[in-house]
Amino acid sequence: MATTPPAKAATTSKKIEKASEAKSPLFSTALFVGWLIPGAGHLLSRRWVRGGLLFAAIGLMFILGLLMQGKLYTPNPSDPLVFLGFIGDLGSGLLYMGGRLFGAGQTPVQVVTADYGTKFIVVAGLLNVIAAVDAHNIKIGRKS
Amino acid sequence: MTFAPSHFTAVLLFALFASTVFGITQRNEPRAMMRYGAYCFVLFVGAVIVGSWLMFLIRR
Repeated sequence: MATTPPAKAATTSKKIEKASEAKSPLFSTALFVGWLIPGAGHLLSRRWVRGGLLFAAIGLMFILGLLMQGKLYTPNPSDPLVFLGFIGDLGSGLLYMGGRLFGAGQTPVQVVTADYGTKFIVVAGLLNVIAAVDAHNIKIGRKS
Repeated sequence: MTFAPSHFTAVLLFALFASTVFGITQRNEPRAMMRYGAYCFVLFVGAVIVGSWLMFLIRR
């Protein structure tokens, strides 16, 4: 029996999905490294320009957030909003850990831009998570 | 050292950084990345300008 084109396409799609699942390990180096250092996951796949741009964009956003006297959240499960802020901040990986280590983002709010700074820091973390997942997708061949 | 931008400068910086990451991560080809990044940037800044005018008109 001859295979019709839609059936062929469905078979090919299933094959790609299976191959993608087979290649997708539980622990991904690109995902982990990309989370620790913004853009580093792309450098592992030799995407130099993309990695550099991601490092610059996310790193600058985080640093400008700190310079605006933004706050670095600390884990506090009793306050859900603060805890969500902490999860967002944690997305920045080593930037967040370095900031906490050097006591940055802990000063009392003195300027109106401090709130923008806090949002810059949280969004930098969330963007870094997107970048790390993208690096993982490139590594396993789901994206070029 | 501190940095105290105006609200609009903060919007431009936010839009620039977020658009860069969106462009790189949401498209496959460099040309499509640049186009999508520019599209996101215009949407971010445009939405803020439209929202600002709406609030100004409501207040009047």
